[in-house]
Amino acid sequence: MNDQRPVAIIIFIFLIGLVLLTKLFMIQVMDDSFMKKAERNAIQRVVDHPYRGLVYDRNGKLLVYNNPIFDLMLVPKEFEVGDTTRFLELFKISKEELIEAYEAARKYSYVKPSPLIKQISTTEFARMQDYLIDYPGLFIMTRSVRSYPLPIAAHALGYIGEINARQLERDTTNYYVQGDYTGLSGIERFYEDDLRGRKGVKYKMVNVRGVDKGPFKDGEYDTASVAGKNITSTIDMELQRYGEMLMAGKKGSVVAIEPKTGEILAMISAPFYDPNDLTGSEFSKTYRSLNSDESKPLFNRPIMATYPPGSIFKVVQSLIGLQEGVLTPETTFACNKSLVACHNHPSPVNLFGAIRNSCNPYYHQAFRQIINREVSSNTYKDTEIGLNAWRENVLKFGLGGRLGVDMPNEKGGDVPSSKYYDRFYGEGRWKYSTIYSLSIGQGEMLVTPLQMANLAAIFANKGYYYTPHLVKSIDGDANQIPEKYRIKNEVGVEARHFDMIQDAMAEALYGTATRAIMKDITIAGKTGTAQNPHGEDHSVFVAFAPKEDPKIAIAVYVENAGWGGRAAASTASLMIEKYIKGEVLRKELQDYVLAGNFIY
Amino acid sequence: MRESDININRVDWITVMIYFTLVIIGWFNIYAAVYDGQAEKSIFDFSINSGKQLVWIGTAIAIIIVVMAADYRLYENLSIYLYLTFLVLLVLTPFVGKEVNGQVLSIGVGSFRIQPGEFAKFATALALAKFMERPTFDLSKRSYQLKAFGVLMLPVILILLQPDTGTAMVYFSLLIMFYREGLPQYYYVLAFGGIAVTLLALGIENNLYLSGAIIAIVILLIVLGKKSWQRILAFSLIGVGVIIYIYSIDFVVSKLPEHQQNRIMVLFNPDLDPLGVGWNVTQSKIAIGSGGLAGKGYLQGTQTKFDFVPEQHTDFIFCTLGEEFGWLGSFVVISLFVALLYRLIIMAERQKTRFTRIYGYCVISIILFHFMINIAMTIGLFPVVGIPLPFFSYGGSSLWSFTILLFIFIKMDSSRAMQLGRLG
Repeated sequence: MNDQRPVAIIIFIFLIGLVLLTKLFMIQVMDDSFMKKAERNAIQRVVDHPYRGLVYDRNGKLLVYNNPIFDLMLVPKEFEVGDTTRFLELFKISKEELIEAYEAARKYSYVKPSPLIKQISTTEFARMQDYLIDYPGLFIMTRSVRSYPLPIAAHALGYIGEINARQLERDTTNYYVQGDYTGLSGIERFYEDDLRGRKGVKYKMVNVRGVDKGPFKDGEYDTASVAGKNITSTIDMELQRYGEMLMAGKKGSVVAIEPKTGEILAMISAPFYDPNDLTGSEFSKTYRSLNSDESKPLFNRPIMATYPPGSIFKVVQSLIGLQEGVLTPETTFACNKSLVACHNHPSPVNLFGAIRNSCNPYYHQAFRQIINREVSSNTYKDTEIGLNAWRENVLKFGLGGRLGVDMPNEKGGDVPSSKYYDRFYGEGRWKYSTIYSLSIGQGEMLVTPLQMANLAAIFANKGYYYTPHLVKSIDGDANQIPEKYRIKNEVGVEARHFDMIQDAMAEALYGTATRAIMKDITIAGKTGTAQNPHGEDHSVFVAFAPKEDPKIAIAVYVENAGWGGRAAASTASLMIEKYIKGEVLRKELQDYVLAGNFIY
Repeated sequence: MRESDININRVDWITVMIYFTLVIIGWFNIYAAVYDGQAEKSIFDFSINSGKQLVWIGTAIAIIIVVMAADYRLYENLSIYLYLTFLVLLVLTPFVGKEVNGQVLSIGVGSFRIQPGEFAKFATALALAKFMERPTFDLSKRSYQLKAFGVLMLPVILILLQPDTGTAMVYFSLLIMFYREGLPQYYYVLAFGGIAVTLLALGIENNLYLSGAIIAIVILLIVLGKKSWQRILAFSLIGVGVIIYIYSIDFVVSKLPEHQQNRIMVLFNPDLDPLGVGWNVTQSKIAIGSGGLAGKGYLQGTQTKFDFVPEQHTDFIFCTLGEEFGWLGSFVVISLFVALLYRLIIMAERQKTRFTRIYGYCVISIILFHFMINIAMTIGLFPVVGIPLPFFSYGGSSLWSFTILLFIFIKMDSSRAMQLGRLG
């Protein structure tokens, strides 16, 4: 009955196929108007890059701004070079460069734009603009690069660059795409989310020549970009500049902090580089040469270099001893050089004298009393308990772990615990004689210059600190900075114990750092010498001033410059003068530091 | 009696090969639809649709194994229960489902969601096959016609309530199966005549021309044929009825929801609003049309990016193919579909039981309808209806339901030697 019906259905199916293929043939092959429409009617998705936030110094002077630059883009499909010689002349590139760029663009996409010449200056752009009309497939894309009015604070400010594959993978918000710029170090990296703003997208209709035919659907799908937030840094531009002048040609760090707030006034890592070099077309070239430079100009010493704290640590030992009740200002020890070497000074000394003269044997004996309290009859056990209790106290001074400054890649230094010695010597096989070098800040301890400057702030504040930070406010609002920078950290030592310590530090200058003394400003400081097994010792000095009402706390490291009383103390003293007085009158001292001849 | 239910040699491998070819071509096109040269991602990247589709394909293979491993009689025995289950799910969907764009299509827990409307297709097909398999069931009789339509219309009404017009329309494709099973031809003449008049009425601006043509045809029929009063009266009444129908269409269309109205109007005049409702069709035609004979090359399309054509990777996936592979690519895919359908007819006709043959024709009807309407809408031959291209479009529900639908039939076909002839 139904034999012809399956056949009818088969015919129907073939007919459908035929109708569809015929219609497709008509629009795809016969009719080229769609091809023209596609060319005329392409929608370009134009990412609207927001204006990256600016960075100001603490007094509102501009540190970082944006400078517009122009990329010449090439669409291989539309590109016609015409007279090659003329083209090369007009656009000032070599034939090889043109061929290379074209091949790269061709490989990337035949129909999408790729850069032909990157980062053309404003003047070059003005010149090229007139010729562009003759060359289909070429157009100018505008971007902006970071610029710096003064070539200073490169490490603190950081730099931006193209996001790398690993960062892209970690970006769970899917905000970034390949080729986006992102902060790679310093403030630029830490405050990336605030500085970058939010990208917008514009969809526009363009014809084959890339000529704008207006927004797509009246901009219904467009999103406006949101400009990045401006940041006011804690850096004092003048102080930073002066410090870099002093440190030019040397290796080391200067970190200056406002003790009452933890705001970093200056942060110098020498050798340094001009931050303008790490922007624009020269980025990769400069980066490579800086990266391979043996003096490591990219290495951010204030937060990444670690040294033994040396004699400066004696101040911390004194404070812990006083707070624990093990020491009193009257505690006296003989300068017994059979315990540990020392220099010649009157003996015996009390605590004041020990700080003033930086007496090693005093701290060897004092530290033994801090460690071995006879809580256990077993000397080994007693030492272990004592060391760990002591370590807890030291950690409160912001040592032995990252402080949490608003910069990436901060190192935490090290304060060894009993586990360290257990691993090294075996459990129950070490005692005070193993660890005594900790008493004078040598041995297994490591601190960063930033931690040292923070110690100076603690001494100045008589027992508390705010975590050092580089940013004062975001968009003019101080409450937008991370909360941890607004929290007071107590170190667990009563303020009264600091009075004598401050006096001793002020007095110490007369013993060990006479160059640093100023007539009208009382500086309280302590020299140190970080032992360097590879060469001349590093010169270290921490100080705060004025002693009566501290405005600045500072740590200076000058590598391979020997004794702390010369290079570091002089530099610190000049920085203090510059910050408090606004100018430096002691020209001889300045010349002495600039000459940089500290070893004699 | 039987040794094993899985007889690999009896599986229709041609159908299986066509199925996998379409699935893989579809997968590559889904990647092309989301491909962005600015942010290159691997086709396997699970954060983009091609990666997800790979998961759907993997699970579809698992489904195939389960379908093929089950006893062939299971589907027949379960048919009524499956049908009732999906009716219940369809009733529940509006209450427990998730609303998207005013439609409640899917139910499920968390990110695992299914659309009962998609899966109810094969359940309805099985139920119809079971219901109609009796030798006494005769579609030329009015009472049987009504019963068969009843089984068909129940899910349709429930789906229309969601409302999902596109999926509901698919069920009417089973009229093709009814045709094979003997539904009288005059239904189809009426249906096609009605559709033709409707299309003409919508397509021709001035209804006067169309009315004039109808009157001319009626007069011609009266003049040419036998001149009895009954005939003249009958033709005149039909003519008047058609003309009234023509004028009522505009009225009915104006009562439709606006988006459906627009879809219909755009079919006849895409330039009416090229950036508005006509956007899909205009862009889709530009994309396909700009493909030329051999296409722009894989991933080199410029028109089908950025998700401007909504449903780029689902209902409009054919655009990507047309743009990047040109007419030759379209030819290959359309030929694959025609070959598949042809093969399925051969398979359906060799069945020994009416149950399996009816089910086979249900599969043919549903796939044919999807294939025909989906491609027709991308090239502006049919209004935009949200139905996917079988095996091709992105999405788990769609791929799974077509896979189940097809492989149940492949399973039945491979077991046909074990079935007693019941064709009578």
